Amino acid sequence: MKKEILKLRDVKVHFPIQAGVFNRVVGHVLAVDGVDLDIFRGEVLGLAGESGCGKTTLGKAILRLVEPTGGEVKYISKNEEETEITSLEKKEMDPFRKKLQIVFQDPHSSLNPSFTIFGSLQDPLKKFGVKSKEERRKIIGDLLEAVNMRREYMDRYPHEFSGGQRQRIGIVRALCLEPELIVCDEAVSALDVSIQAQVLKLLMQLKKEKNLTYLFITHDLSVTEYLCDRIAVMYLGRIVELCDSEDLYQNTLHPYSEALISAIPVADLDKQTKRIVLEGDVPSPVNPPKGCPFHPRCPKAKDICKTDVPKLRKYSTNGKEHYASCHLIDLPEIT
Amino acid sequence: MAKSSLDKKFDQIRKREEEKTFSTKKRSRIVSKFLNNRLAVIGLIIFTIIILASIFAPLLSPYDPMRVDLRSMRQPPSFAHWFGTDSTGRDVFTRVLFGGRVSIFIGLGSAILSAVVGIAVGCYAGYKGGWIDVIALRISEIFMSFPQIILVLLLVSITGQSLFNLMAIFILTGWGGMYRLARARMLSLREEEYVQALRSFGLSTFTICYKHMLPNALSPIMVNITLSTAMFILTEAGLSFLGLGVPLNIPTWGNILNVAQDILVLQNYWWMWGPVGIVISVFVLCVNFIGDGLRDSTDPSQQG
Repeated sequence: MKKEILKLRDVKVHFPIQAGVFNRVVGHVLAVDGVDLDIFRGEVLGLAGESGCGKTTLGKAILRLVEPTGGEVKYISKNEEETEITSLEKKEMDPFRKKLQIVFQDPHSSLNPSFTIFGSLQDPLKKFGVKSKEERRKIIGDLLEAVNMRREYMDRYPHEFSGGQRQRIGIVRALCLEPELIVCDEAVSALDVSIQAQVLKLLMQLKKEKNLTYLFITHDLSVTEYLCDRIAVMYLGRIVELCDSEDLYQNTLHPYSEALISAIPVADLDKQTKRIVLEGDVPSPVNPPKGCPFHPRCPKAKDICKTDVPKLRKYSTNGKEHYASCHLIDLPEIT
Repeated sequence: MAKSSLDKKFDQIRKREEEKTFSTKKRSRIVSKFLNNRLAVIGLIIFTIIILASIFAPLLSPYDPMRVDLRSMRQPPSFAHWFGTDSTGRDVFTRVLFGGRVSIFIGLGSAILSAVVGIAVGCYAGYKGGWIDVIALRISEIFMSFPQIILVLLLVSITGQSLFNLMAIFILTGWGGMYRLARARMLSLREEEYVQALRSFGLSTFTICYKHMLPNALSPIMVNITLSTAMFILTEAGLSFLGLGVPLNIPTWGNILNVAQDILVLQNYWWMWGPVGIVISVFVLCVNFIGDGLRDSTDPSQQG
């Protein structure tokens, strides 16, 4: 039986746009606009989509690095207690900060250049009750070894490391409080392909050892295919398709996901692939199009798409749950 | 295949690394980097000499800086009077030594104190943003838009001329610049991912902005402190001349230099203004060299 670790209900992040002398609010950027999502314990959930579709903002909203403007984020602990975390005070949030951690995209700005590795990692440990220095050194040293680095590296400065090494240190930082869920915000996008594979392998190994759950934010669908149990595809602040990763490739339901998948390069010259080329850019999240947000670029759009916003409906493919939001799916909806 | 000399070198490095003899070097990283900067070391030496000479002035000179000796007026430099004497027969060398006490105290003291105020406000406001930042920014603008001289006039007419009034004015008008510098650095630093990582641990605002972010914002501030030390020393000289700064009977570098306002002195008695002018320039230069050296040595991303 799968158990949830996080339940997102109608999560919204709207950034106000201020203008004029008195900083009047003249509009909102709807970065994340009503996301419903369940993350199960022990799974790897991929979150894919174009740049600017709100993936990173959603990841940060979960950790409250960006305050959600609406909706609920519920954390369900191992003994099934539910807590709504977006409304907690700063102090009350602490126990959940320990459970939810993040690995960032850019390995060059994710470490403090003025401190040694130990220096920048010890404060969180201190805060969460690791009193003695020897103990802190031991924890960090052990984790460094767990990511295949030397224990002594903790006394070095970030500029002494390569990009891949820094990213592994970023993983150590995320792991140091023994979290349950890690948001990997494009954790490998800035690395060379050979290093990407190395870091991904490491992430999977750590997941097994420490029973982690990953929310894997990426724009690289070829990575998600091998890594993720389920994949959510985002477009313009909303989830348009959510299903098992195999199903996404075999039984694609949403035309946007189809276009994304057709854009994955295939290393086979003889294989002819149909490219679905989307025209135009992602519409501005300041005033998204009426109706289905994807309709101005959708090759299959009909009249209904221009007026009605499609809901995320539940279907079944291969005997598994498959959510998609499109008017043009002719599978029976499951309630 | 014969081992090249490079291979041997690497072997040695590896050997040392395995024996962990590298770690002893870590302690003095900043110091050794500073010592490698020749200008900074020369600056530090001269700076120390000038400060020590000012502190131990009574031991170095047999004269009283205030005592008027009309029999030995306007004497050129000699063994008895190294820098000669001024129009009232006071020994210029002694006055430069004693003047250094006040001038350095005012210059360094105001610069450091205004930096402390500016950094304390700037870091917090820059990191937090929002209404705190807006209010702090406006207040700093108000203070910076007052001309220093008017403020000094105001305060002198209310409380009388004194050294501490002068310092208070310097700090009041000087913290704005430091504040803006610190704030601007914090605004760009707070978007860095390591800051977000610290926030994701729920660390307190104080730990994040003063302990983790401030060291990265410090290098331009360090240079600014040295620059404003120089500026304050010069401003003190100007204000003292107008009779608004340090009372004229107390020797300061500014008070000594002001005899050069007299064309007669300027043309005929070079020793009354020449040496003290050189001392001021050399001191200011040294402070700047030290500032540069500090900036380079505390920046961990610059190797050296």
